Amino acid sequence: MTVFLLRRLLQAVGVVLAMTLLVFLGVFAVGDPVEILISPEADQLERERAIRELGLDLPLWRQYLVFLGNALQGDLGRSFVFNEPALQLIYQRMPATLELALGATLLALLIGLPLGLYAGLRPNAFGSRAIMAGSILGFSLPTFWVGLMLIMVFAVQLGWLPSTGRGETVTILGMRWSFLTWDGLLHMAMPMFSLSLSRIGLVIRLTRSGVRENMVMDYVKFARAKGLSPNRIVFVHVFRNILIPVVTVMGLELGGTIAFSVVTESVFAWPGMGKLIIDSINVLDRPVIVAYLMLIVLMFIVINLLVDLSYSVLDPRVRLESRE
Amino acid sequence: MSISTVPPKVETPFRRFVAGFCESKVAIGGLVVCTLIVLAALFAPLIAPQDPYDLAQLDIMDGRMEPGTVGGAGFTFILGTDDQGRDMFSGILYGLRISLSVGVGSAVLAGLFGATLGLLAAYVGGRTDSVIMRLVDLQLSFPAILAALMILAVLGKGVMNVVIALVIVEWAYYARTVRGSALVESKREYIEAARGLSLPTRRILFNHLLPNCLPPLIVVGTIQVARAIALEATLSFLGLGVPITEPSLGLLIANGYEYMLSGKYWISFYPGIALLLTIVSINLVGDQVRDVLNPRLQK
Repeated sequence: MTVFLLRRLLQAVGVVLAMTLLVFLGVFAVGDPVEILISPEADQLERERAIRELGLDLPLWRQYLVFLGNALQGDLGRSFVFNEPALQLIYQRMPATLELALGATLLALLIGLPLGLYAGLRPNAFGSRAIMAGSILGFSLPTFWVGLMLIMVFAVQLGWLPSTGRGETVTILGMRWSFLTWDGLLHMAMPMFSLSLSRIGLVIRLTRSGVRENMVMDYVKFARAKGLSPNRIVFVHVFRNILIPVVTVMGLELGGTIAFSVVTESVFAWPGMGKLIIDSINVLDRPVIVAYLMLIVLMFIVINLLVDLSYSVLDPRVRLESRE
Repeated sequence: MSISTVPPKVETPFRRFVAGFCESKVAIGGLVVCTLIVLAALFAPLIAPQDPYDLAQLDIMDGRMEPGTVGGAGFTFILGTDDQGRDMFSGILYGLRISLSVGVGSAVLAGLFGATLGLLAAYVGGRTDSVIMRLVDLQLSFPAILAALMILAVLGKGVMNVVIALVIVEWAYYARTVRGSALVESKREYIEAARGLSLPTRRILFNHLLPNCLPPLIVVGTIQVARAIALEATLSFLGLGVPITEPSLGLLIANGYEYMLSGKYWISFYPGIALLLTIVSINLVGDQVRDVLNPRLQK
């Protein structure tokens, strides 16, 4: 287990290094920040001073090394626009994105698992067909358009839910959270639902195919022969085996959900990391873009690692393989 | 009825496929809608009552008209107009052309690129294989929307740039799929025979190996077209996709965003419906194709 973990960690470091280089070079190809940040009226002296302050006068590889050295100390540069540490900017907005993504994932599991179980156990029932058709819709609906339609119905026409912002927040551990206040939850409802739509479809499909594949396996036949009640077979034995792929995929998708909240946040003006990155791309705020990407890469690696570990907890076969 | 006109009913793989496909009425419906949409996009200049790019035909006085109003030019705006007085129905037809060509174009290019790399990885093996597959893993571990966002941030707006971004985001799916089936196929006797005849590698890859890896490639291709269209719409909605001069469905929706809050829903609503119908119908077709071609589900 330790060897397995160490090897995975080493791989992770390699990937992070490769990504820093890619991200850095990629972002550097984007326009010239000097043109954008320094007012055209500035004289030559002012310009040069500003360039030096921002570290833009060094050769590219020196800038990369400086960046890497600073990154190791947790310093990913200062935002050109806000003149605040980029990491701090993102950190401030992270709780908003996290609660949105986690909420959407939770909602997807709560809605998707029962529906998928039903569709898998009675594949030919009318209800199952309706559920499957609905899941295709969930996949196909463009998130941003669903968001707009939700705003139109619930905010403009019915006036039930607020259309933008986070609402009232509660501060815990120095971070502001919306999900603990009623007002915050109301603000969260629409973004969370529109973000979770495609995930609901995914959970339904994974659960359904898992049920269908597992119900014909020998262990189910054996459990039936042993005289176990159908409920026990489904909810204890089959359900456990279905949970493995569902947990893996939803874990892997969590990163995707966080990434995709870029769109949802833009629609609902939800002040999270996603909205920050879109704004930063538009004004070419390099340090923020780089910091955001680095964080996302890091997050993905951590998520992959956690999913692998949870795999070995849920499925003893994986543990055996890694020991050999 | 057309089946009875073909007297010798030999069971070919293609006929078996068609028969399997026709088992699902939903899939047939999807195919019909899909065909109608493609035809509508192809013949947009003939169907559309107005050329939405021709400024001479636009009248600002017709701006933000409700669906069903008769405009100054004499025809009815069945889906309303946008703020420039552009007929939404015509705008959607022309937008479909851009959305579809970007989606299909990027899927085909990514397919060519990805399939070639996948074949190479499976056939050559060794270090080539591991390098290509590491690249695939790296690509797939990064969410498509973010990768595309970054690429477009670097390249800037533009139809070609969107296609490039989509190809970079999508090729890995094809590569992985083709490699998987090519690995199985390359162990078969006919490949050994082709090698024994010392045919050139290129010929073995493309004339012998590739045709036998086609079924999964077609499935991935169909679903990727739908994904590409959705992704393009999303990017355009965020303002990083196609330029304003070539509005796809996503950009049309974005244009209606600010009027949404004042209750002028149609500017965003109808392009969204068109987008939805396109994606859903392609997905329905792709779903059935996958079920028919999946050997595990065959009776």
